[in-house]
Amino acid sequence: MVEPDYLKFDTLSLHAGQEPDPTTGSRGVPIYQTTSYSFVDTEQAAGLFNLEQPGHIYSRISNPTVAVLEERLAALEGGVGAVCTASGMAAFHLACATIMSAGNHVVASRNIYGGSHNMLNLTMPRFGITTTFVDPRDHDAWRSAITPETRVLFAETLGNPGIEVLDVPVVAEIAHEHGLPLMLDATFTTPYLMKPIELGADIVMHSVTKFLGGHGIALGGVVIDGGRFDWAATDKFPTLSEPYDGYHGISFFEEYGHQALSMRARAEGLRDFGAAMSPANAFHLLQGVETLPLRMQRHVENTATVIDFLETNDAVSWISHPSVSSHPDHELSKKLLPKGAGAILSFGIAGGREAGRRFIENVQLASHVANVGDAKTLVIHPASTTHQQLSAEDLSAAGVGEDLIRLSVGLEDSEDIIADLARALKASQKG
Amino acid sequence: MEVKFQETKISLATGGVKVDKEQPPVLLVHGAGMDRTVWSQQTRYLAHHGFSPMAVDLPGHGKSGGELLSTIPAMADWIADLIGELDMGPVRLVGHSMGSLISLEVAAHHPDAVERIILMGAAAAMPVHPDLLGAAERNEILAPQLMTAWAHGARAHVAGNPTPGLWMRSGCQALLERAADGVIYNDLAACNSYEAGDIAGQIDCPITVIVGSEDKMTPPKATAQLVAGFEEVDLRHLKGVGHMMMIEAPDQIRELMLSALR
Ligand SMILES: Cc1ncc(COP(=O)(O)O)c(C=O)c1O
Repeated sequence: MVEPDYLKFDTLSLHAGQEPDPTTGSRGVPIYQTTSYSFVDTEQAAGLFNLEQPGHIYSRISNPTVAVLEERLAALEGGVGAVCTASGMAAFHLACATIMSAGNHVVASRNIYGGSHNMLNLTMPRFGITTTFVDPRDHDAWRSAITPETRVLFAETLGNPGIEVLDVPVVAEIAHEHGLPLMLDATFTTPYLMKPIELGADIVMHSVTKFLGGHGIALGGVVIDGGRFDWAATDKFPTLSEPYDGYHGISFFEEYGHQALSMRARAEGLRDFGAAMSPANAFHLLQGVETLPLRMQRHVENTATVIDFLETNDAVSWISHPSVSSHPDHELSKKLLPKGAGAILSFGIAGGREAGRRFIENVQLASHVANVGDAKTLVIHPASTTHQQLSAEDLSAAGVGEDLIRLSVGLEDSEDIIADLARALKASQKG
Repeated sequence: MEVKFQETKISLATGGVKVDKEQPPVLLVHGAGMDRTVWSQQTRYLAHHGFSPMAVDLPGHGKSGGELLSTIPAMADWIADLIGELDMGPVRLVGHSMGSLISLEVAAHHPDAVERIILMGAAAAMPVHPDLLGAAERNEILAPQLMTAWAHGARAHVAGNPTPGLWMRSGCQALLERAADGVIYNDLAACNSYEAGDIAGQIDCPITVIVGSEDKMTPPKATAQLVAGFEEVDLRHLKGVGHMMMIEAPDQIRELMLSALR
């Protein structure tokens, strides 16, 4: 049987979206540090503004350096297109604003990044979009939360803080049964560990800030359009299926079909909300994407070694990571994440809030930051930092115990990571 | 837009503008398993450059209703009837791949329906690889994958989409994946069994043929065999471009189309 001779993942990580610069031969992706682009003549300018022909007009809408990253991320995810944004939060907002309007409703996993939870829970209601949060493992809860106004189901491939593995094919099926798309935040998995579109997701977003960029030096986000969802099957998505006055009555679905979301998100969302990625950031993030397969492999290996160590340490009362057999999604993880369940885990420290504080103050190699997915190992103790204003009861309601330490395992030599953790764990127990 | 034709709803993309009956009509016909959106890089441009483009979804494709038509001549008769129904006089007919076979048939057997034809990814015969035909018959994802792999030139497999942010390979695969079960097989089987005979000699209207140097689905050699039969033809070659030329090289195709249509 013949096989499609597609370029493979590692090759696409290095090449997709770029050919040597036609004027200079530059092999590296040039940083097109420009706001605007000279028009050939008035006719071409009019054509560009009117979506008659593609090209760059102004860097809020598109930029050649950013476009390389967009094409590359779409290629790695198997999406028909991608739109990069200034941050992961901007990507989440752009996707929501492109497919929804006031009066619409979201069903979302309750175990998502705090920033995304805030946007859905506190901010979007001011604009008339409300959300029902559900336990991502409770499939009946997903189903019963859907109302006639629901427009999207949203979750993370790996949740927060319990690293819940989403059963993507099942939740996608529930969404599709109701004529709705499934949108996933795949930040923690990256396309190296999971290809959500192949599993049934319709829209994928990332905080490119994290593993994709990998170096903790630049913010960025991306919305990737799976291209398989039929926006015109119902009248639920008028932004895509109905004529739009913004471009003389164009219907994005009629003209662009499976690429309607990508086209509208840029033509309207970047134009009007303006959360564009800077070309310099796109350049930095591209350097990370080039080595994504190598880095993710090492992140996963180091995570396994660190977990082996934590399992034998007396100061550790529990570990939450899907690779651990006691994790509720251990079996599902083997099925959906055969290359590994990522490099973020949480563990409980004996001695609670105080011991957590002492642990953080005694790590030397690991960095104490509010971030994940850096090449460097990162730690945080939410009860004494991000969540310090919460009582013990409120903390446990948020799924964040007083004893919870979150670890984002980096690419250092695992012996050095372990030595650092061992020292800090020992110190944490000397109350 | 949508038109009711032979009791079914037929969808046509018109470049996002209302059809202007005063402008010369251009009917664009897609290839096997695809739909109107393969012309999305040309329709809006043509609509703003003096034409009334209509990229049709064949019956059972895209947003058109109706039963699949199982032979090229049947598809051609349907297109000729549709041209009559549109009531804008003879059209400039543009066909890609299977659509080019349909265009040849329309031009030969319904000469009053067409003013001129433009063919892309054309050949007198389109034998389909048995593995592809088999995968299509079983509605396997391998069929969209093989078609996508073969339908793009080397450059399109890496980069080069002039529309910022779009990725060609998945664009083509997703388009084919959206086809309902049986659609790709129906079309490939129609192409596979089509015999052009001496059709080239039966066409009187002006003909433009655009050839992609890296076209693996209808290789330049196969196009040359077809072209040899025409008494007169406007032949254009595109270097480094594969079968999906209107997506791989949209700027060049827009310019070529505009000059050939005028
Ligand atoms: C899972 C997840 N989604 C989204 C975001 C938001 O991304 P950004 O910080 O790039 O706006 C984050 C960042 O912390 C995250 O961890």
